[in-house]
Amino acid sequence: MKFDQPAGTNPIDRMKVVGKPTTRIDGPLKVTGHAPYAYEHQELPGAPDSGPAYGYVVGSAVAKGTIRSMDTSRAERAPGVVAVVTHRNAGKIAKGNFNTAMLLGGPKIQHYHQAIAVVVAETFEQARSAAALIDVDYARDGGAFDLAVAKVDAPDATGSDAPTAVGDFAGAFAAAPVQLDQMYTTPDQSHAMMEPHATIAAWEGDKLTVWSANQMVAWGAGDLARTLQIPPENVRLIAPYIGGGFGGKLFLRSDVLMASLGAKAAKRPVKVALPRPFMGNNTTHRPATIQRIRLGATQDGKLTAIGHESWSGDLEGGGPESATQQTKLLYAGANRMTALRLAVLDLPEANAMRAPGEAPGLMALEIAVDELAEKLGMDPVKLRVINDTQVDPEKPERPFSQRNLVRCLEEGAERFGWARRKAPGQVQDGRWLIGMGVAAAFRNNLNMKSGARVRLSPSGQVTVETDMTDIGTGTYTIMAQTAAEMMGVPLAKVTVKLGDSSFPVSAGSGGQWGANSSTAGLYAACVKLREAIVGKLGFGPGEAVFENGQVHVGNRVADIAAAAKGGEIVVEDSIEFGDLGKKFQQSTFGAHFVEVAVDRYTGETRVRRMLAVCAAGRILNPTAARSQVIGAMTMGVGGALMEELAVDKRFGFFVNHDLAGYEVPVHADIPHQEVVFLDEADDKVSPMKAKGVGELGLCGVGAAVANAIYNATGVRVRDYPITLDKHLDKLGEVV
Amino acid sequence: MTEGYGAISRRDVLKTSATGAAIAGSLGPGNVAMAQAQTAAPPHAAVSLKINGKATRLELDTRTTLLDALREHVKLTGTKKGCDHGQCGACTVIVNGRRINSCLTLAVMHEGDEVTTIEGLGSPDNLHPMQAAFVEHDGYQCGYCTPGQICSAVAVLEEIRAGVPSHVTADVSKPSPMTTTEMRERMSGNICRCGAYSNIAEAMAQVAGVKA
Amino acid sequence: MRPFTYERATSAQDAAAKVAATPGARFIAGGTNLLDLMKLEIETPTHLIDVNGLGMDKIEAIDGGGLRIGALVRNTDLAADARVRKDYGVLTRALVAGASGQLRNKATTAGNLLQRTRCPYFYDVNMPCNKRKPGSGCAAIGGFSRPLGVIGTSDACIATHPSDMAVAMRVLDASVETIRPDGTTRAIPIADFHTLPGQTPHVETALEKGEMIISVALPKPRGGTHIYRKVRDRASYAFALVSVAAVIGKDGKGAVALGGVAPKPWRVEEADALLPKGSKSVADRLFAGATPREDNAFKLTLAQRTIAAVLAEAKA
Repeated sequence: MKFDQPAGTNPIDRMKVVGKPTTRIDGPLKVTGHAPYAYEHQELPGAPDSGPAYGYVVGSAVAKGTIRSMDTSRAERAPGVVAVVTHRNAGKIAKGNFNTAMLLGGPKIQHYHQAIAVVVAETFEQARSAAALIDVDYARDGGAFDLAVAKVDAPDATGSDAPTAVGDFAGAFAAAPVQLDQMYTTPDQSHAMMEPHATIAAWEGDKLTVWSANQMVAWGAGDLARTLQIPPENVRLIAPYIGGGFGGKLFLRSDVLMASLGAKAAKRPVKVALPRPFMGNNTTHRPATIQRIRLGATQDGKLTAIGHESWSGDLEGGGPESATQQTKLLYAGANRMTALRLAVLDLPEANAMRAPGEAPGLMALEIAVDELAEKLGMDPVKLRVINDTQVDPEKPERPFSQRNLVRCLEEGAERFGWARRKAPGQVQDGRWLIGMGVAAAFRNNLNMKSGARVRLSPSGQVTVETDMTDIGTGTYTIMAQTAAEMMGVPLAKVTVKLGDSSFPVSAGSGGQWGANSSTAGLYAACVKLREAIVGKLGFGPGEAVFENGQVHVGNRVADIAAAAKGGEIVVEDSIEFGDLGKKFQQSTFGAHFVEVAVDRYTGETRVRRMLAVCAAGRILNPTAARSQVIGAMTMGVGGALMEELAVDKRFGFFVNHDLAGYEVPVHADIPHQEVVFLDEADDKVSPMKAKGVGELGLCGVGAAVANAIYNATGVRVRDYPITLDKHLDKLGEVV
Repeated sequence: MTEGYGAISRRDVLKTSATGAAIAGSLGPGNVAMAQAQTAAPPHAAVSLKINGKATRLELDTRTTLLDALREHVKLTGTKKGCDHGQCGACTVIVNGRRINSCLTLAVMHEGDEVTTIEGLGSPDNLHPMQAAFVEHDGYQCGYCTPGQICSAVAVLEEIRAGVPSHVTADVSKPSPMTTTEMRERMSGNICRCGAYSNIAEAMAQVAGVKA
Repeated sequence: MRPFTYERATSAQDAAAKVAATPGARFIAGGTNLLDLMKLEIETPTHLIDVNGLGMDKIEAIDGGGLRIGALVRNTDLAADARVRKDYGVLTRALVAGASGQLRNKATTAGNLLQRTRCPYFYDVNMPCNKRKPGSGCAAIGGFSRPLGVIGTSDACIATHPSDMAVAMRVLDASVETIRPDGTTRAIPIADFHTLPGQTPHVETALEKGEMIISVALPKPRGGTHIYRKVRDRASYAFALVSVAAVIGKDGKGAVALGGVAPKPWRVEEADALLPKGSKSVADRLFAGATPREDNAFKLTLAQRTIAAVLAEAKA
């Protein structure tokens, strides 16, 4: 199905199942421990009675250089060891399309903890122990590890990340009666999902099956074939349950490759999970940014000049963190410029993490707007409202498909009690300084082609098959809701099968495109199934209504199961998106409100209240969507207050590379969270009229926290995370 | 370049392996013993446990953690390995009535112990009240930390009832109140990167019969 | 983790003798720190003696006042003991500020004292570390030192001791009671139990080979307000940037010890005497001769301000 015209009325609009708060259909499996994640799959082809073998990955001890020699003999002789695979015996390995660095290093080393070997043994304990017996002699090269240094001669990014300019930014900024020109920094961050990257690989002849934690099944399977130089049809990737991703599992990673190589060498299935201390350096991360923002405004708060530049680094051949993305679209203003500059760094590979671009971009931009509001003596909610735009400011002929940012801000202000906010440093509660902050949330809506297969059994059961993944987003449930709505059956009559590359290729989970795109693909397949049912029943032309397990055409009625009595009906279709995304700017919006308390003695910040108001099209399942947003708000608190991969600029690695060193929020950090969704349906985005929320929820949270801290203390910190040491000496003497 | 680490910083060649130090040194008696240990089968020991009410006898490499014994030997994979270092809580199980990190304890140290895992609390058709509350309040997303969260949540309510103090107990000489503030503090050893904390607090409050 | 043989101890003295006589032998109790380090091959015992069956899990009154805490009393049980909560509140407060509920259920009194530093360079076997591999250098100096020590450190090591419990015990003047392989026992004042790194940071305590902690004795209760204030980046389940254990009387006199700043619980008795003069005087004395790094110099300010918070709380 091609989607190239705004959606008219369709069966989803009935909203009998779609749009209803629905507990997860996979919930009972998850809460009882019966949902099988990658490392837990039990029936393995070709496994001996003793079961699969275990692989343990060895990572490079240096950030950049060359392996001069490697002695694996002690590991090979260790008890239980079946195989040791390194670059010397791995065969020809290529780089996947989605990877920047090789997943198996050697002799050239591109980053710290780059995988250089896998040791396969009968047991996990034996593999881990033997992995420590590999002796490596490195020639270490110097590298570039400091963004602040490397930024000096970083060139402009190119392609879709190239600089943009509209009007005369320099002139307008110089002439603006009120100006802001500030630098902001955001640190390297780690996805730190709870399930480590994990894979079981099994070969049957030249066919390879991997059970792997991967958000994008087709990308993963394709890149595995490419990396191993085998035909894509020989690879099957299965990922029914994924223990979180946040972008960290978008791509093929070393667990998959090393399990596959290990299984080949061991001639039996091999299980590999990356040890948690590998998380920081072996896998990808969100890169640090240094951002400069210049805002020029009239005395009454109208923006006349908006300039945003951002520097980030990556390995040679990598990409920038597109932190200026939202600045092109968020506020009106005739004169504007953005620029991304990309330095080459020899730190581990930088790549997408939840809301890449907007997450760090808004952390900076939305502090800047708060600062400008203060310069203007204007309420920051009002400043955002008066600079709203209903068209793409760089291309005014492109309207937004739907944009309710102002309502998000105003409704949020009302609900949060924003009017009670005082000037900075004015509210105290015992030893606590209290402040409120606001920030706009903005994230583009992306659509991706997505396919699904639907089966109708003689008993009337509807089965959905697609390689789409559920990474905690609630995909199982919204797919079931979509099929139930389309086919007029209760949820219990729908079975959803996900995450298998033998199923039709879907949008996958990334860029908050998953929910809308994958349900739209299923919508297309269901339209086909409806037609097939009507055809089988010989119900001729006329509008078909599917409800209560029956189909009605005119006066004719039948159970849909009757159509399958001669045998299962199987149809497949996909949704393909036309140019509506070009004609209309499709984005999602929100407003975050946060109240914090800052200890006036120690400078510790604790979040007391959080509210998000979101405008993101139709909300397919308010229960799961709300969870996406509260989870993103939680991650936003982490980004604001604690998360930072600490760079050792001498050795060139992230030092705090485990969950003790890289702190993410715990229960005690997070108060009760409120989420409100505006009642919307965006007919320009898909027949589902839905957009994404999973990344929107993160966008702006950090700045709302930062602005609340400023409101509490009167001390502005522009360097994330806002740990106590950054404002401690400005909080006033205590004795 | 910097104080204290000078000699190393200027070396351009680095030899590594976790055992490098011992091997590079002279091969003393200790190292000979080590070399022998490497080629011999690793030491095993027997242990008898009661897992979810079922007597279980295992013959294990002494290095096997309780977590790996459950997941890889008994095939109870509901208990999760998130970090394997006591930093996340995904491996939480209840041993003799107390919650512990099963990743930081050896299976052979649990002779005669009663272990309750997530599978022992309830089944998909017969959920424990805490499991049901997690479903009702959407107290999870990806589900990976969930078994640990639930085992912890069940134990936390018992800890509060038993009067165990916590970091947020205002007066430690008195019993702790059954509040979500107490629950949040006590649940802090169970990390949820999906960020379901607010919903988990509501699920627990419901089971505890208090206001969220 | 290297292979090891395993046995259950039959008596404390027997266990001590075996550890002394067997190369590569170690005690294991709660195991929460030892197994963590064994997985990374930072600790590489070849024989483990499980002491969990030895009793030593009681808290008993000492004739004439005080409490004797068995070495195997779990952190949870010590924190929850009614006598500790009533008379040694700073100890309960310190215990519940540490780790997580799960870890406290397993971790023992002795093990808590013996836990090793959380310095990230100690934890990464690819990095030079004099504590892990004597003579290899200290990567933390000149590196990421934000969580590390500002006083009592040396040019060989700037690691901190991670315990909260030990900081409270230091302010309570506890003593660590041990048994040696020959069966003799001794009591080591907690002030002398942990050693400063100097040029031998791998030596961390006064214990001799095979010597085993059997109990910790607390002297008679120290009257006054008991406070343990732990400052960290997140609200729970994190090591201290700075922590302050204090017992302060109505007259403003008392004792104070700090965590998160030094290789051992940091107390300077002369600083106690300055408590009535306020946080600045106390901090100045505590940190005389401090050698902060660029990343962690804030700890000096933070410590002073946290002491101020504690004094304000004591006064309130």
